[in-house]
Amino acid sequence: MIDEIQKRILEEVADLHTVPEGAYNIRANSKMAARNTTANIDIISKEDGSGIDIHIKPGTKNESVHIPVVLSQSGLKEVVYNDFFIGEDADVVIVAGCGIHNCGVQDSEHDGIHRFYVGKNAKVRYVEKHYGEGDGEGKRILNPGTEVYMKENSSMEMEMVQIKGVDSTVRDTKAELAAGARLVVRERLMTHGDQHAVSNYVVELNGEGASADVVSRSVARDTSYQKFDSRIVGNAPCSGHTECDAIIMDKAKILAVPQLEANDLDSALIHEAAIGKIAGDQIIKLMTLGLTEAEAEEQIINGFLK
Amino acid sequence: MLELKNISFDVADDKGQKEIIKNLSLTIDDHKFVVITGPNGGGKSTLAKLIAGIEKPTSGSILLNGEDITETSITERAKMGISFAFQQPVRFKGIRVLDLLRIAAGKNLSVADACQYLSEVGLCARDYVKREVNASLSGGELKRIEIATVLARSTQLSVFDEPEAGIDLWSFQNLIKVFERMRKITNGSIMIISHQERILDIADEIVVIANGTISKQGPKDEILPELLGTTSAINSCDRLEKGDSQK
Repeated sequence: MIDEIQKRILEEVADLHTVPEGAYNIRANSKMAARNTTANIDIISKEDGSGIDIHIKPGTKNESVHIPVVLSQSGLKEVVYNDFFIGEDADVVIVAGCGIHNCGVQDSEHDGIHRFYVGKNAKVRYVEKHYGEGDGEGKRILNPGTEVYMKENSSMEMEMVQIKGVDSTVRDTKAELAAGARLVVRERLMTHGDQHAVSNYVVELNGEGASADVVSRSVARDTSYQKFDSRIVGNAPCSGHTECDAIIMDKAKILAVPQLEANDLDSALIHEAAIGKIAGDQIIKLMTLGLTEAEAEEQIINGFLK
Repeated sequence: MLELKNISFDVADDKGQKEIIKNLSLTIDDHKFVVITGPNGGGKSTLAKLIAGIEKPTSGSILLNGEDITETSITERAKMGISFAFQQPVRFKGIRVLDLLRIAAGKNLSVADACQYLSEVGLCARDYVKREVNASLSGGELKRIEIATVLARSTQLSVFDEPEAGIDLWSFQNLIKVFERMRKITNGSIMIISHQERILDIADEIVVIANGTISKQGPKDEILPELLGTTSAINSCDRLEKGDSQK
């Protein structure tokens, strides 16, 4: 059911070489291609066909869920809703990701809306990779929406990566944290050609001791455009930090908009933003170690986005 | 063998052209430990950059093993066997100490081998090999890592630009031991720009550069006595060196 192109894309977005262990749902060209559930993790298709519900039982430990999506047919356009219900005290890894192979003339678009309901004391590690390929004129478009609702003392670590081949992306991430909850976001982004990427975050810290750390590292090359807009709202005694660190190259454009809103005397919020080109002495240093200028540049970018 | 023949280097400033290096000729023989000293602003660092290819001379020629390398790039010179340790080491976000040592060695160095180089410069390897070469490292740590990258390259000529600059005296006392050891074990030649008496003291040859020219040059025993007490040969704090600062 899964062809060679789709296999390769699965490797890119989910590091999957074979069928994953644990629960999974693989979606290929708008259809379910494979699914597995476990004693603790159930995956159910929504009745209206708009997506899936993933139920993780309270106390589930050291299990993983993979839900990769592959689009290899030109001209497909879909909006999918995936809802995750993570039970109290669970400790799980969720791997999502979308890869588009478009060698046709029509645009391909996948808009995945992920909602996470994280129970008390639960721990989630979420990894999401986006990847595009194919030499057709049709654009590869991904607009992920992520909503995170975190109960008391839960924690979530999100790693979002988009390094190659996606022409246009608008990423909206929204999180609401109850007392003692902790959210860590690490976003890595590279745009090239005429690509356009917008990433918006709104994180509301609503309970005492809630904390968030939202960090983006990005590289913009050629004539691409990036916007990083991250807003942390402190509604209780809490701590929040957001940072955007970007390398600008060629004729790219970058807009960084870190925002803080304190609605409580004891909310401690920090933002940082830096945009700059690769420092000349970094290139010279690597050249004195025997690299060419192009190799030096590549090493610096790879390290920065690692 | 490295030969500099009638090298001049000019830069443009407010008043027109300024000569930083004036018709300078110098030979660094194989297996020699040469220390370059002299007043600040005399052209020492510029000379090191001319050797590494970071700057190109206005006139004159540079020969390595008889081959003219004046027009070659930094990369080509690095591949021919010239290493250069910066006065102010560069920081890299995301590049780990191990990655930098691997680039320097030009091969996929094992963690054990990388640790070997770090131990040479007095860093506890286990703590450092996975760390990023970023702002979390102190000036002294960066200097040591910079030196380790030069060791990992193990080339015919290693040039160090003021290894003592920007680090505290205590850290430098330990760093001197690294150079003393390097002097014993290296196969190639070493050129160090330094004002420190203890570095001058282990030189085969001392070259004093002032106003863009060589003002003195000769064996250590001949030159060092003339320099003692001047800014070209700074003595470290005696009490610190003897370790009796507690008394």
